[in-house]
Amino acid sequence: MTWDTIANIMIGGVLTGLVYALMALGLSVIFGVIKVVNFAHGEMMALAMYAAFVIFSTYGLDPLLATPIIAGGLFLIGYIMQRALVAPFVTRPEHEQFILLLAVAILLVNGLLLIFGPDAQSVMVEYGFDSFEVGPLILDKVKVYAAAASIAVALSLLLFFKYTRTGKAIRACSDNLRGAQVVGLNIKNLYALTFGLGAACVGAAGCLLSMLVDITPMLAPELTLLAFIIVIIGGLGSLSGALLGGVLIGASEALAGLLITPSMKSLFSFGLLILVLAIRPQGLLGKRSS
Amino acid sequence: MSVPLLKIDQLAKSFKGLRAVDGVSIEVPEGKIYALIGPNGAGKTTIFNMIAGVFAPTEGQVLFGGQDITGLRPDQVCQAGIGRTFQVVKPFNDLSVLDNVLVGALRKTPHVDEAREAASTILKQLGLDGKSQQMATNLTLPERKRLEVARALATGPQLLLLDEVMAGLRPTETDEMVTFFRNLNKETGITILLIEHVMRAVMALSERVYVVNYGQLLSQGTPDEVVNDQAVLDCYLGEDAF
Amino acid sequence: MERIFGGVPKRALGLLGLMIASLIIAPAIVNAYVLSVILITLYFAYVGQAWNLMMGYAGQLSLGHTLYVGLGAYTSAALFVHFGISPLIGLFVGMAIAVAAGALIGSMAFRFGIGGVYFALLTIAFAEFTRILFEHFDWVGAMGGFFLPVENRDSSDFLNLRGGPVMFYYVILFLCFAALGVNQWLLRSRLGYYWMAIREDQEAAQAVGINTFRYKMIAVMISAAMTALGGVFIAFYYNNLFPADAFGMHRSIELILAPIIGGMGTLFGPILGAFILTPLGEGLTILMESMGVKAAGVKQLFYGVILLVIIRFVPGGVWPLISKKLGIDKRMKGKSE
Repeated sequence: MTWDTIANIMIGGVLTGLVYALMALGLSVIFGVIKVVNFAHGEMMALAMYAAFVIFSTYGLDPLLATPIIAGGLFLIGYIMQRALVAPFVTRPEHEQFILLLAVAILLVNGLLLIFGPDAQSVMVEYGFDSFEVGPLILDKVKVYAAAASIAVALSLLLFFKYTRTGKAIRACSDNLRGAQVVGLNIKNLYALTFGLGAACVGAAGCLLSMLVDITPMLAPELTLLAFIIVIIGGLGSLSGALLGGVLIGASEALAGLLITPSMKSLFSFGLLILVLAIRPQGLLGKRSS
Repeated sequence: MSVPLLKIDQLAKSFKGLRAVDGVSIEVPEGKIYALIGPNGAGKTTIFNMIAGVFAPTEGQVLFGGQDITGLRPDQVCQAGIGRTFQVVKPFNDLSVLDNVLVGALRKTPHVDEAREAASTILKQLGLDGKSQQMATNLTLPERKRLEVARALATGPQLLLLDEVMAGLRPTETDEMVTFFRNLNKETGITILLIEHVMRAVMALSERVYVVNYGQLLSQGTPDEVVNDQAVLDCYLGEDAF
Repeated sequence: MERIFGGVPKRALGLLGLMIASLIIAPAIVNAYVLSVILITLYFAYVGQAWNLMMGYAGQLSLGHTLYVGLGAYTSAALFVHFGISPLIGLFVGMAIAVAAGALIGSMAFRFGIGGVYFALLTIAFAEFTRILFEHFDWVGAMGGFFLPVENRDSSDFLNLRGGPVMFYYVILFLCFAALGVNQWLLRSRLGYYWMAIREDQEAAQAVGINTFRYKMIAVMISAAMTALGGVFIAFYYNNLFPADAFGMHRSIELILAPIIGGMGTLFGPILGAFILTPLGEGLTILMESMGVKAAGVKQLFYGVILLVIIRFVPGGVWPLISKKLGIDKRMKGKSE
């Protein structure tokens, strides 16, 4: 095995990791503000992947171009979900929130299974096998595009939080809920917006990931776990942590696939998660809550 | 000269560089009722939490009956003989009032039946026996404060740390509580250290008062001495003026 | 016996007796299919009770509980297949390994104060970690599965847990109601009160002298041991084991449905939940088949709907509602009203 191969695989992992990061960012946004852990995150991602697949196979629309549509669709779903389902649970015990979203996850994954069946589907764009050559490195075009789009979406979200009125209002809810209520912010609406934004992230990520991996319903719980692993490693609620965690997991999975066997690559992620939970439960970039 | 039951020595606690408690020393002799007062944010509850083992002090020592208990866990502190209440009450909401106290009483006996009997006795003393089958979550705030006391007492402590148990009570209820603690102290010889804002209760109950402000001991003495101390008046007035 | 039955209202005891009696005579009345449904119902009632100790009473949400099922199953099966060791001995080894795993997870989580969601995720991580390990563990068949020899099912060899469905039926019936008795006994002891105190408020529990770490550890270990025993049963009943099935997350979820629906933190909730859920699920499958619909996921979809409705509208579960109607004393359950 040459260094070139290793470098290629690692970079491939990092690029995929950026898409994971976008997915995890969605989870982190929701938790950071609403303090509810979206246990149906991977299932929403799978929903987006199937949406990308349907749009591609029916209209031939490239997932890259379908991203805004699917992100918008997931935004709506997220918004409605928060309003109709999650809102009354915000003040309920943690385990009840968890079970509620678990139920949503079960509904989503089995709904997908019922509609699309258990077999893998794939989205094969024309440039699916093309690549960029940069010196000795060969980069898959789809991965580069997906990663670039992920960065673009993540960046626009961060800018939204930083500079827009609504973004600032959402951050205010997250920093000091009581204060936000006192100054008259519409918490219900802001929470729903936040859940929508988190869902939009996962929608975009799912749409982009559909170009990189085969789509099956069974991918959904794995993605949920992956999203959790990433945010816990990065620090639950920390946005930059989610990005770092995503890249880290992408790279380490690629490396593990190279060093051990591909089927054991998630062993590596789980190992990493257990290690982080044991040594630094607040995550790499998270703040200690006490 | 006998060893004080509780002696905290140069206790200090920093939170992220902020010195919440800065070198406080207090002694409480056995069988006495002492009070710890001071404006909001003065560090009273932090001192309590260090005694009770919720967090370890940055510097200093806590001695209980001559034994060093600094840095022990809360349950170990309780096992050593210190019972406490919480300023923000923490009842076991989904358990009955009786079971709340029963859990406390299980420190002295592993037998549930004996603990239940002990718990009923304590509930009677605190006038909560009529409510013993209710869920704790259904109690009013003054009742929950009393439940808090009952549960701490059930562990059979030598020293009772009371964190604002009179706050929010009506004057007659306060007087009842004062009478209760005074009788308890007389009958069982239990030592009490209380944090209290209700000066009426402090004056009536405590033999000696420590005043903390900005994490430091500002004054100490009998209740009369303390309320006539200009420095103490200033610190309270300062707070009011704010 | 006083510790178990004392104070339980006569009416409740009567109903319970009636239920057990009808379950005992069931094999003589119902056909093989119905018996297999009751059998699996009892299995879920059993493991649900084990999980309920930890979540319902000690308040620790484990979402990777199938880890203990899998460890119990694989251990006893491997000992039997490779060394001919009877599962009646193997079950102790299986339970010991599950207890060790539970202790490892617990000590990591509780020592560092990992609670709530983090704890749940840690339990999932361990179960998934173990699943992947077993998928590469050739000694027990790896991905290809691990099989117990299926012999003549007409004769019963209880010592080796080889026999027909009726034998297995009585085994799980015994386990299910033995667990009920054990739980009732545990919950009326100091241990049970301490668990509930920890569930309600850890800080307050510590303040009354409860070593929360220790009692949470005990909860995990007892629950792990009980669950592993269920795993031994399931291994010898089905005769085959696959890592994805033994350790998969969907199994953990399946396992917690009954106690949630029946009522977490109630003694009888897991049993009631299992008797509601499993027959309904089976009935639905039959209905779908009779209509010629062969669709994977319908049953799970249905479970999802039930779970959603329960947690949205009756988060306390069904048992508290029913026990009130039946006029059964609240002492039957941990929390009431």
